[in-house]
Amino acid sequence: MTQQTNLSFSGLNAQQIKQLERESRREHWGRAWYKFSRNSLSIVGAVTILIIVFLAIFAPYVTPYPDHATKPFTDFANASQPPSLEHLFGTDEIGRDIFSRTIFGFRFSLSMGVIVLSLVVPVGVLLGLIAGYYQGTRIDSIIMRTTDIFLSVPSLILALAIASVLEPNLSHSMIAISLMWWPWYTRLVYGQTTALRNEFFVSSAEVTGASTAHILFREILPNILSSIFTKMSLDMGWVIIIGASLSFVGLGVQPPKPGLGTMVASGAKYLPDQWWISLFPALAIVVIVLGFNLLGDGLRDLFAAEEV
Amino acid sequence: MKLLPFIGKRAFHAIFVLLGLSIVIFVIARVMPGDPARVAVGAHAPDWVVQDIREQMHLDEPLVVQYFYWLRDALHGDFGVSLVTRRDVAQDIIEFFPASLELALFALLISAGLGITLGTLSAWHKDKFVDNLVRVLSYMGVVTPSFVFAILFLLLFGYLLHWFPTLGRLSEDVARPPTVTGFMTVDSLLAGDMVAFWDALKHLVLPALALAMGSMAQEARITRASMSENLNKDYIAASRAFGIPERYVMGRFLLKPSLIPTISIIGLDFAANFSNAFLVELIFVWPGLSRYGMNAILRKDLNAISAVILVLGVVFIIVNIIVDITVAKLDPRIGLRSARSE
Repeated sequence: MTQQTNLSFSGLNAQQIKQLERESRREHWGRAWYKFSRNSLSIVGAVTILIIVFLAIFAPYVTPYPDHATKPFTDFANASQPPSLEHLFGTDEIGRDIFSRTIFGFRFSLSMGVIVLSLVVPVGVLLGLIAGYYQGTRIDSIIMRTTDIFLSVPSLILALAIASVLEPNLSHSMIAISLMWWPWYTRLVYGQTTALRNEFFVSSAEVTGASTAHILFREILPNILSSIFTKMSLDMGWVIIIGASLSFVGLGVQPPKPGLGTMVASGAKYLPDQWWISLFPALAIVVIVLGFNLLGDGLRDLFAAEEV
Repeated sequence: MKLLPFIGKRAFHAIFVLLGLSIVIFVIARVMPGDPARVAVGAHAPDWVVQDIREQMHLDEPLVVQYFYWLRDALHGDFGVSLVTRRDVAQDIIEFFPASLELALFALLISAGLGITLGTLSAWHKDKFVDNLVRVLSYMGVVTPSFVFAILFLLLFGYLLHWFPTLGRLSEDVARPPTVTGFMTVDSLLAGDMVAFWDALKHLVLPALALAMGSMAQEARITRASMSENLNKDYIAASRAFGIPERYVMGRFLLKPSLIPTISIIGLDFAANFSNAFLVELIFVWPGLSRYGMNAILRKDLNAISAVILVLGVVFIIVNIIVDITVAKLDPRIGLRSARSE
C-alpha cells in the first residue's frame, strides 16, 4: 500500500520499506509453518494429499496395470477376482484391476476439485467484495438476493438438475457444480468485507484518493485471503464428494473411464458377493476427502490462532 | 418484535426467494437444449402433432410469457404430466413425498438425538478417551459421503450380520396397511398392525442411519464446541460456587444456551437430508421423492424435475423459518429481529 500512496511517515525510502516488508513476510510464513508442523493431524492431511497428488500425476508409471484404466480392456478369465497380491483390490466384473483404476480415479477427483474451485473462487470473491463494499446499495441487494436464491436449495439437487439437462460427462458436471458453488464464497467474502470497510486503513486509503480497485484488491482482499484459502481446502473435499455423487448416479465421469463414483455405482450391482468392486473406490473417496479436511482444519486453526 | 409480524416478514422474504428459484428452475427446464414438445410426444410422432403440442404448451410464445404460464400452472399445483409415469406430476409427488419425509424425519431424530448426546458426552469428558473417540467418529462422519455409508451399512448390517432388512419399505410377505398419512410406520399403527409396524421400522433403520451419519457428526462437533466454550463462562463457575448440583448445572444452565448453534445446524442438515436421500434412496430401493426425482433426471423428465426441485425448495425455506423462530425463542438475547438470515 505504501508504494502507491507515496506517503512516507517513517523517513524510510521505498526500497527500505520493501525490504522490511519482505523480511516481516518471511518471518510471518516461518512462524506459520512452525505452528502448522506442530499439529500432527494437519501434517497427516498434507502428506496424504501429497501422496495422492503424486500417485495421480504418475499413475501410468506407479500402477501395475495402467492399460486397465486408460484403454478399453476386458479379461473375462480374470473377472471378479477377490483381492490378492496380484490384484491388491481385486478385479471387477470384466477383469480390470481395481487398484490401478482407483489410482487413475484420483485424477478425475483432483481435477474436478481444482477446476471447479478455480472457476468459482474468483467469481464468488469478486461479487462478495463488490456487494460488501457497496453495502446497502442496489448492487448489494441484487447480488446478495441472488445468492439467497441459489443457497435456498441444497447444492447437490440443483447440480443434479443442471447436469441432467446437459449431456452427461465430466466437464458438464463441473459446470453444474460451479454454478451452484460461487454463492458460498460471495457470502463469506461479503460478511468479512462489510466488517472491514469501516476500518481505519480502508478510510485512509479512501481519503488519499485510492481507486476502488486498489481498495478492494490491495487493502481488503489481503486481509480475508486466509479464510478464503481455508474454505478452499475444506471445499476441495466437498466438491470431490459432490462430483463423486454425480458420477455415482451416472451424470459425471462416464464408464469405462475410472471415476471413483462411477466405479462405486457399477460395483453396487454386485453387492454383497463381490463387495470389493465398490468398496475400495468408496474408501478411496473417504481417504482423499479426509486428507483435504485435515489439511483445511489445520489451516483454520493456524489462522484462527493468529487473529487472536 | 412480536412473533406474527416476524413470521409475516420471513414469509414475504421467502416469496421472493421462491420466485427467484422458480425463474432458475424455469430456465433450467426450458432454455436448455432439446425440444420439450418433441420430448413429450416421442421421437416418432409426426411433425403436426409436435406443432400442436408446442402450441398447447405455449412454446411458440416469448420466454417471458411462457414463464408466466408455467408459474400460473405451478401455483395451481399443476406441473404437467410426467413423462416417466404418464401421470400428473402433482399426483406423483403426493404419492412419493411421504416416504421421503418419513425417512428424513427418522434420520433427523437419529442425528439430533445421537449428535447432541455424543457432543455433550464429549464436552463433559473433554480430552479424555470418550472425547477422542467421539471426535474421531464425527470426523469420519463428516468426510464420508452418505452413499458410501449406505453401501457400508448394507454390507455390514444387512448382508453380513442380517440384523436389518436391506431393500424397500416393507417385506414382501407383510400386508401393506391402508394408506392414511403415507408414513408406513404411522399407517400401520393406525391400522393396529404391529407386525407391519415393526417391519416398517426395521426397514427404516439402515437408510435413515446412512442419511443421519453426516449430520450427526456435524451436530456432535458443534454441540461439543459450544458446550466447552460455555463451560468456561463465569455463570457456570458461579452456579457451581453456589453449590447447585452438577446435573442441574449441566442439564439446565449449560445445555440450553449451548444448543442454539446446534439447532441452526439441525435445520440445515434436515434440508440436506433430502438431497443426500437422492443417493441413499437409490441404493436402498426406497420409493421416495428423491428416487422419483432421480429417475426423472436420468430420463430428462423436465416437468417432474422442476416440481421436485420446487417442492424441496419450499421444504428448505419452511424449515429455515421454523429454525429461526426456535432459536429466537431459546435465546432471549437474539430476539426475533436479528434472527433474520443474512
